[in-house]
Amino acid sequence: MELADIGKTFRRLDYETKVTGRAQYLADMSLPGMCHGKILRSPYAHARIKNIDISRASKIPGVVAVLTRDDILHDQGIEPYYGPVFKDQTIVATEKVRHTGDPVAAVAALTVDAAEAAIASIEVDYEQLPAVLDVQEALKADAMLVHDSVKLPESGFADLAELKPVEGTNLCTHFKLNRGNIEKGFAEADHIFEDIFTLPATQHSFLETHACIAAVDSGRRITVWATTQNPFVVRTQLANIFKVPVSKVRVIVPYLGGGYGGKVYPKVEPITVALAQKAGRPVRVVLAREEVFYTITKHAAVIRMKTGVKNDGTLVARECEIHLDTGAYAEIGPRVAKKSGYTAAGPYKIPHLKIDSYSVYTNKPPAGAFRGFGVSQSAWAVESQMDIIAAALNMDPLEIRKKNGYDEGDKFVTEETLRAVGLKECLNEVAESIGWESARTGDAKIKEAPPAGSTRRGKGLACMIKATITPSISCAVVKLNEDASLSLYTGTVEMGQGSETVLAQIAGKELGIPLEKIQVLGVDTDVVPYDLTTSSSRSTFHMGKAVQLAARHILRQLTAIAAAEYSVPEEKITFAEGKVRLPETQVDYAELMFKRFGMRGGTLVGEGQVKTSTKDQYGEKSTSAFWFLAAGAAEVEVDIDTGKFKLLKYATAVDVGKALNPLGCRQQLAGAAITGIGQAMFEEIAYDNGQLINPNLVDYILPSLGDMPATIDPICVEVPDPTGPFGAKGIGESALIPVAPAIANAIYDAVGIRIKDLPIKAEKVFLGLRDIE
Amino acid sequence: MKKAISLTVNGVGRTAEVEPRLTLLDLVREQFGLTGAKLGCDVQVCGACTLLVDGKPISACSMLAVDADGCEVVTIEGLSKQNKLHPVQEAFVEFGALQCGYCTSGFILTAKALLDEIPHPSEQQIRDYLAGNFCRCGCYQEIIQAVKNVTSEV
Repeated sequence: MELADIGKTFRRLDYETKVTGRAQYLADMSLPGMCHGKILRSPYAHARIKNIDISRASKIPGVVAVLTRDDILHDQGIEPYYGPVFKDQTIVATEKVRHTGDPVAAVAALTVDAAEAAIASIEVDYEQLPAVLDVQEALKADAMLVHDSVKLPESGFADLAELKPVEGTNLCTHFKLNRGNIEKGFAEADHIFEDIFTLPATQHSFLETHACIAAVDSGRRITVWATTQNPFVVRTQLANIFKVPVSKVRVIVPYLGGGYGGKVYPKVEPITVALAQKAGRPVRVVLAREEVFYTITKHAAVIRMKTGVKNDGTLVARECEIHLDTGAYAEIGPRVAKKSGYTAAGPYKIPHLKIDSYSVYTNKPPAGAFRGFGVSQSAWAVESQMDIIAAALNMDPLEIRKKNGYDEGDKFVTEETLRAVGLKECLNEVAESIGWESARTGDAKIKEAPPAGSTRRGKGLACMIKATITPSISCAVVKLNEDASLSLYTGTVEMGQGSETVLAQIAGKELGIPLEKIQVLGVDTDVVPYDLTTSSSRSTFHMGKAVQLAARHILRQLTAIAAAEYSVPEEKITFAEGKVRLPETQVDYAELMFKRFGMRGGTLVGEGQVKTSTKDQYGEKSTSAFWFLAAGAAEVEVDIDTGKFKLLKYATAVDVGKALNPLGCRQQLAGAAITGIGQAMFEEIAYDNGQLINPNLVDYILPSLGDMPATIDPICVEVPDPTGPFGAKGIGESALIPVAPAIANAIYDAVGIRIKDLPIKAEKVFLGLRDIE
Repeated sequence: MKKAISLTVNGVGRTAEVEPRLTLLDLVREQFGLTGAKLGCDVQVCGACTLLVDGKPISACSMLAVDADGCEVVTIEGLSKQNKLHPVQEAFVEFGALQCGYCTSGFILTAKALLDEIPHPSEQQIRDYLAGNFCRCGCYQEIIQAVKNVTSEV
């Protein structure tokens, strides 16, 4: 058996069970005596609930429990309000519904048919209210309030402590960043550019919808099987809602059928537990596709960006307002506002900044985390305007980025020092991959010469910087068994990213054990130690480091045992290829375990903890435990008669620090880029007066194989981060972010049409071309 | 009123009493316990529920169980024999053609149908044939590589 290693592609540990259809996802599971849960949802964007009549529903044969506001408002064992940042959500609506699809009631029944019949029989008397459907409208002085007031939790996320809702308004949070002197900055500028960019709400569209099975026993012991990326956050939230210690809540997470940020924080878990508690039986809720669109979306945004530039292309000042539509509930909107604010300067040195980033309540489904949140909003504006500036100054878009871009040791907008910065390497790699210099004119060809044919080609690029959630915690336990096999206990959720394999590689590399002898246990909060979340591209860096420390803890124990058993000084003991090397001899772990325990048995337990803080190892302020740098480049072909365009090639480069599993890295890069292609070219939740008109995968378009360019080139740049395991950084989100502006910039290069509103559709290009004529 | 149907699933004869409105997907998942096929979009566009019915890939979310009466149905569970992966499954593993795995059974069965129909497909034929399956994790390039590689093996 080959020993585990890093920097090498290994057959993934979760593949065989997945290709044979044996992997159990949540909807594949059931419990004896289990009921099926269904949710009644609001047909209105905003309405007061006058009355709910469940008398007919309760009499339907097979119906075990009907849950309404009466159950959560009058039960001393339930805290009705919850939410990851503010307590503005309830299990079911209490006084009013705040968005189309807001849960109003729920039913547990012995069959799905009975549950659906009961849902259809609940009579709700609504008084419709004017709805706030637009961020600008929402901020007007006389706007209808989505929340009359918002409750704050006793303790929340450390990095969001300063962000509070403004009472009596729809302002959920206002993040401010000021640097230098903005008036002075604009006074120094030779040119000032001002543009407004928008991007619509979109949906994660994981093929596995949110689902949950909950069981509550008589001792108020709560067990949930959940499709969640952060089981420990769900555990805390459930413990708060149902007023029990966290030890009484057990969260088990099977393989997820995709997450992409849409499965962080509580989703269907609270309502499923409440139903199970009332029914006195286990309950399973599996959302229908349409319901997923009502549960979580990506923030739509309007971004006004004003930038002052010197004649030579040096950026000197930026004023930026970002309005993010957070929908009816804050969810993680405050952090989205903060992250988009931090990154509104892009990966560029700009001395004078005035950034205001707002998350705003509206009567739309809640918006939350979506792969690369905050940054994919700000980068659309930053990187589109960068090319507007380059074109106006007649500069090469690659050169103006390199001129202003961050280098090692530069100060970020928060005045902290950036380390391990592979930005320019990423830019160079993608430029080379698409042949930046050749066949690129850098200006609007159609304006200059009449077209000879009906298509024009163009190239564009974009780059980004992003932070990871800081501070945060990851703990890991590694057990060395009596036969020298290894069990890994971590709270990292395998949702497709390949975390099981990479964590096993790290542990195996440290201990010299083959992957075949390593089992990564599934996530069960009763068993694995605490981990904050599988999101923010943080797991390889944080959990990987925790696993590495846990493995080294085992090595220290083996050293002590060998020293005692063989009477050699500890400093003479080394390890290689899974063996303990002593001056005279070598022993394998199983032999040493036998010596230690006196029989074939026993366990050595290694523990590792990683805790990042708002100060780095040098005592300097730290907004992010490490930094993500990435670039993307696109080549497009535009039909000038119709505006229809084809993506011919896309190159994506991410500074991965160290590629622990190269194929896994390339999958993440290409996969994120493909999601980015969907966001750039197709995806948009369409609303008509607060009603979603495309909450299904027919009308909401996902990219398919038919939409793929001939080539997507994923490139791993390696600028190691000394604090990561073997130098590795996170990689899950970065490649998505540059896609939309890179494509928009390529279209501009091809035909001189600047698209400022996502998605980039043929009709927008066509209308632009017609205006030029 | 329930109807009696009989069909072959992965080579084994099965009978079932089904409501006329029961989908084939619910039949195989809920009654036969074959959960490899997944419900994704529920409207026949994502391909996660793909099964082979008389050798052709169909969306089991949108086919009635009664319409499968007398048919031969193959699910992902019927592909590997004696714990040996089918060549398409093996290629998906080798080329990393999956991440979360939710779309995988659908892709593998559709790819098998393609290769049964066209043993040596061009890249364009692979792209066209598999365009009705979504992989939201974005493993499309690896999927093309995997299917191409099965071709060269066969």
